[in-house]
Parts: sequence; C-alpha cells; structure tokens
Amino acid sequence: MSKLFNSPKIDQLGLIERAAKFKTRSIKKEAKINGLKLALSMIDLTTLEGKDTEGKVRQLCYKAMHLHDDLDVPTVAAICVYPNMVAIAKKALEGSGVKVASVATAFPSGMSSREVKLADTKLAVDHGADEIDMVISRGRFHQGDYQYVFDEIALIKEACGKARLKVILETGELGTPDQVRRASDIAIHAGADFIKTSTGKISPAATMPTTLLMLEAIKDHYQKTGKMVGMKPAGGISDAKTALHYLAMLKETLGEAWMSSEWFRFGASRLANDVLMQLYKQKTGAYQSADYFSKD
Amino acid sequence: MSKKENAFSLKFDTEWTYAEAPESTSHIAIEKKYDLFIDGKFVKPKSGKYFETINPATEKPLAKVAEANQKDVDAAVNAARKAFPKWSGLPAKERGKYIFRIARLIQEKAREFAVIETMDGGKPIKEARDIDIPLAAAHFFYYAGWADKLQYAFPNAKAEPLGVAGQIIPWNFPLLMAAWKIAPALACGNTVVLKPAETTPLTALKLAELIQESGLPNGVVNIVTGDGKTGALIVEHPEIDKIAFTGSTEVGKIIQRAIAGTNKKATLELGGKAANIIFEDAPIDQAVEGVINGIFFNQGHVCCAGSRLFVQESIQKEVERKLVDRLETLIVGDPLDKNTDVGAINSKQQLETINGYLKIGESEGLRSHQAKNKLPDSGYFCRPTLFFDVAQSSRLAKEEIFGPVLAIQTFRTVDEVIEKANNTPYGLSAGVWTDKGSKAFNLSSQLKAGVIWANTFNKFDPTSPFGGYKESGFGREGGLHGLAAYLKIKA
Repeated sequence: MSKLFNSPKIDQLGLIERAAKFKTRSIKKEAKINGLKLALSMIDLTTLEGKDTEGKVRQLCYKAMHLHDDLDVPTVAAICVYPNMVAIAKKALEGSGVKVASVATAFPSGMSSREVKLADTKLAVDHGADEIDMVISRGRFHQGDYQYVFDEIALIKEACGKARLKVILETGELGTPDQVRRASDIAIHAGADFIKTSTGKISPAATMPTTLLMLEAIKDHYQKTGKMVGMKPAGGISDAKTALHYLAMLKETLGEAWMSSEWFRFGASRLANDVLMQLYKQKTGAYQSADYFSKD
Repeated sequence: MSKKENAFSLKFDTEWTYAEAPESTSHIAIEKKYDLFIDGKFVKPKSGKYFETINPATEKPLAKVAEANQKDVDAAVNAARKAFPKWSGLPAKERGKYIFRIARLIQEKAREFAVIETMDGGKPIKEARDIDIPLAAAHFFYYAGWADKLQYAFPNAKAEPLGVAGQIIPWNFPLLMAAWKIAPALACGNTVVLKPAETTPLTALKLAELIQESGLPNGVVNIVTGDGKTGALIVEHPEIDKIAFTGSTEVGKIIQRAIAGTNKKATLELGGKAANIIFEDAPIDQAVEGVINGIFFNQGHVCCAGSRLFVQESIQKEVERKLVDRLETLIVGDPLDKNTDVGAINSKQQLETINGYLKIGESEGLRSHQAKNKLPDSGYFCRPTLFFDVAQSSRLAKEEIFGPVLAIQTFRTVDEVIEKANNTPYGLSAGVWTDKGSKAFNLSSQLKAGVIWANTFNKFDPTSPFGGYKESGFGREGGLHGLAAYLKIKA
C-alpha cells in the first residue's frame, strides 16, 4: 500500500510540451468527420445547476437522443445530472441506450460525512443511475490522509453495485501534476471504473496536460494488471477542434481499446453544439447560424 | 516480473486514423537552375558546371545548382575582401539594421523556406516550420541586437572584426546553420563566403535572394555551391581569415591539418555521440519522450542527438516497454505531410551508411525493435530502430551513426554511468533525467560535453553557446560566446 501512495514523478514542463504536440496533429477530411462523430458518442451531456428543473432535464434528454435530426450522428453516451433528477432522466431516456450518470458524494465539494456520501450514492443508484460520478475528499488528500481517500472510494464503489464509478479528482484543487498522478493511482487501485478530472465548478477544469498524465496512469496500471480504467476529462472542453486533439492524445497514448464511449467520455455541456456545427459545415460547405442549433 | 509487465500490450493501429495532410507546394518558386551568389549578383559559374539537387523523399530532381571551382571561389573571396572595409567601417547600429531586416524577411517568407527545406532535405514539414525556420530568424534577431553593443560584450577592450570568414555548413539544418554562421559574422563586421552542403543548397540560395532584397551591400555575403572540393578551396584560400565549419569529425581533422601554420582562425562544430541518462527516480514518461525526441528528431541527423541511452537497471524493462510503445505512434513517411514525425533520410549515401550499422547490430545478434510503419515505395527511408543491451565496445555505441538508431545500455551506479558516458572521443552534448536536483547538478559538472540538458533534450536558443569538448570540435556558436569567434580583442 505504501508503494501505491508513492507514485511516479511527473516533470511538468515535459508534460506540457508533450501535450502540446497533439495540437499539431492535422485532422482533416474524413478523419475530421469520423473523429467528430466519435466525440459526440463520447459526450456526457451535463446539467449540474441549482436551478435545474424536471423540464430542463427532460429537454436535455431529448437532445441526447436527437442531437440533430438532419445529420447522421450518434446519440451521446450519457446524461449527467444531480441525484434528484435521476428518475426523471431514466424515464425520459428509456430504451435509447443513453446512460444516466449521477453526481454524488456531496458534489461538488465533497464536504460532508461518509454516511451522507453513501446515502447520496444509494439514492442515485436506487433511482436507476447507470453511472456514479463521485468526488474525492480533497481536504483529506492534502492532509496526507491517502488511506482515508482510498477507503472512501472503495466504499462508494461497493455502494454503486452494478453502476460504474467515475472518480472525480478535481485536479484544479490538487496543485501539482505529482499530486494528480498520486490521486489517479489511489482512485484506480481503490476500484474506479473511470477517473475524471473535474467537477466543472473549479477553474482550471480539464486541460490536455492533466488528461495526458491521467491517461498515462491508466496505461501503467493496464500494463501491470491488464485491467482497463476509463478516462473522463470534464469542464472547459467546448469546441470541436479541442475535442479532436483530445482524441489524438487518446489514440496515441492508449490506442484502439479505449477509443469508444465505454472507456472515454467528455464531460461537457456546450461541446455538442460546436461539434454539430462543424459536421453541418462538412456536409453543406458553409457554417450555419448558431440559431440553427438548439440551446438546451 | 518482466513477463508480467509485458503481458498486456496496447494496440495503436486504430480504426480512427489521420487522413493525409500534405502541405501545399503551389506557392513555392524553385528555379530550374541556380547560379553562384557573388558580389550581390547571381553569376554563372566559371566552371560551367552544374549538379542536381534532389528531393530525398521522391528521388526526383528539384533544381540544377552551380559547381564553384577555384576561379569562382576566388571571385567570391575577392568580393568579400573588397566589401570588408566599408562594411566593417559602417556605424555598428547601421549593420544591426541590415541584420534585423534579414531576420524580418525570413519571418515573412517562413512558409516558403520551410517547404523548400523539407523538399530539399527530407525533414518533416512540422520541424522545418516549427523549429528550423523560426530559430534561423531568431538567430538573426539576436545577433542584430549585439551589433552595436560589442563594447559591452567585451568591456575594457576594443573588439575588431577578423575580415573574411569562410563558412562551410552541413545538410542537416541547412538554413539554420547558415543563420548560425552568417548572423554573428555580420554583427561583428566581417564579410562572408558561405558554402551550403551539396545535397541541400536550396534554402541558402533562397537566402541569397532574400539578402539581395534586403539591400545588404554587395559582397558582404557571398554564397557558393559545390561539394567537398569547393569546400577545400575555401579552406585553403589565402585571403580568408577565418574558417567556420560544421560537419563530420573526419573533415574537421582535414581542415585542421590544412590551416595549420596559417593565420586562419577556426571554429569547428563536429560529430557527437551523446549520452542520455535515465535514473530510476526520473519522471519516466517525460524521459521517454525526451529520449524519442533526442534520437528521432530530424531522423537522427543531429550532431548532438542522444544516440546512446543509459538506463538504470532497476527500470530497464519499464523504459524499454515505453520506448517500444512510443515507436508505434511515430509517423514515418512523406516529409510534406503535416502529421509526419520522421521524414526521409537526407541522401542515398547516408541511408547506406545507416543500413551498414543496422547490419552490424544484426550480425552482433542484438535484441532490437523497429517501428512497424509502412514506408513509402520510393525515397530514402529508414525505420526508427532501438538496439538493446549494446556493449560499450560495440561500434553501435562508439561511432556516430547520424540516423534514427538508438543504442541502449544499462548501468547501476552514478560513478559507472559517468565513466561510460565520458568514455567516448566525442563531447558535444548529454542529457540527464532525474527528479533529484542535486543529482542533475552533480552529473552536469562531471559530464565532459559542451551542452548538458537536464530533464529535457535538444533545446536550442540563440542566447545559449553551443559547441563541443574533445573531438566534437572547439569554439562556440550562439550567445555572447558566439561573438568571440568572429572578433579580435585588443586591450
């Protein structure tokens, strides 16, 4: 266990430099169209606001299934909502194949007791959530109480039952790449099905260097144990070009096995429309007004 | 343990692939025939001879280029000699203005230069575009700034130019090497006769056109083309005051013999066989990326390439696995494709040299790994290659291959790796990868090389002096130290 908390070191400058190289990949023509469709299929369409209502969630669910009826596009991977919206989403998405993901564990801060976090998780699972997006206890992590963080993730994983568990590290609060790598290793070993960068409530959210080092943690774990873990960058990915650069990074870091919504997701609310706009442009040769794309 | 670590492999041959993304060549103007650039004009060679320069990625000719003989070199040197008094007598800030103008013009024509560099030399357009050309402009900008500040660079002394500099440059970074040579020479008030390599003369000739456009006084920069014979004529010319050469150690030694007993000054930047050292406490993923960049940058045609890798034994398997994985995602092929990572080998001759070394590895029965990339049908290409468990006494570890071939060795202690890293006639560069600052500083003081990188590799900047220990040459190019090579200091 002590070895687990002693993760490989990261050189921040080298990491940033490597991540920047994926931005120089030129992704054009059919590679662009196929990449954009793949990106759409990986989106966790998200609404996590205090002012969310059942009506808003139903509208988003419709969008998840009908991104743009004029275009030959897939559905998104999942809808991501608060626990009290899970039942609404589950019903709206019935039979569509689109998963319902719910944040839990006193999202976004995680500042509550273990009992409350477990109850929060159970509520979401009981209402039919297919996936749980939990947050780690960043305070405990900064105190050096890695065992607490590990145990909490393991307990939540148990409470998830059949639901897949995404563990949000909230990398913007962890301070250094070394700490993100340590948190990634803890989450992976504690049973995470996915590791996820951010809640979207803290800046910076997902960045390419941070996502890259998490992909490398996943790779190291796979090559030692054969166990795959998924990756979800979330927050701040709002345009099609950036999404394609993330896919290039995924392709060149983990390869074919991870190139589907089963193992990679984008947590995003605005990304889908920009991707659709690009696909429409590829189809017709001209950009359409933003008013032709539904704002949900 | 090793078995377990190799059990789960990744598949990088993905269903989603990048489409071809060739850089356009429609805006590129390459003449059918290039004459010599002497005294501000393009003049026909008195030799009457021309040779072909080809695109190594297609083996097709790009242009015919003049071959300078003794009379042509005489004319170039005379023009430089004639231009020297006026140029060196100009107010220093006026000299600076001309150099700034050349720098700006390179930036304006950066795309054209990048494409021609790639076509003539085989390097990936990505590198020509992002490294060669911007750095060339940066060198002119940097030394333009020094032109009127030489008194500050060498306080309490008078700095005087040497006269006519004969400059002979290699084929691996054609325009960049021209910039390394010309910019400090001009800033210090010298005039120049430059000879680009015979396989890559085109960007230097484009630079000649640009220099014409810049209004630089006639004769200050003369560019003559030809092979080693033309180079020898420059080296042996009695009216030349200084030789600046970048190329092989073999030719460097010939030059030293040729100028012995003359008043010629010289700077020689020669071969290398750099050690790249990874300790077990290193940031491993970044180290692996640095090793890849260190040896496969510009197809390994880099004098400071990290061609010897020393890995601490405790992390050998992990580093090897990561290197092998990384090789699978390197894109080898058409240099003009914007996604190409490793382009064409510069010439048929160089490809044969590299293949000779691959055969040595094969005959030694070394464990090896090559990228599985499909190579283009025509052109000179070589798969990036790793050789494992190479012996210190193997030719693969001793000789400069100048290609995409990495010789991997292991070590156990700090003392051992320092001894092995220094156990080479070369001493141009070295790299150290460790998370521990004290270790990096210890190594950097004990390694006998002119440039030491810690947790990075192949970083170049005009402000930093570059040059070798031992048979990697002498004198420094770049930075304040690069000025000294073009000045006489009078107290």
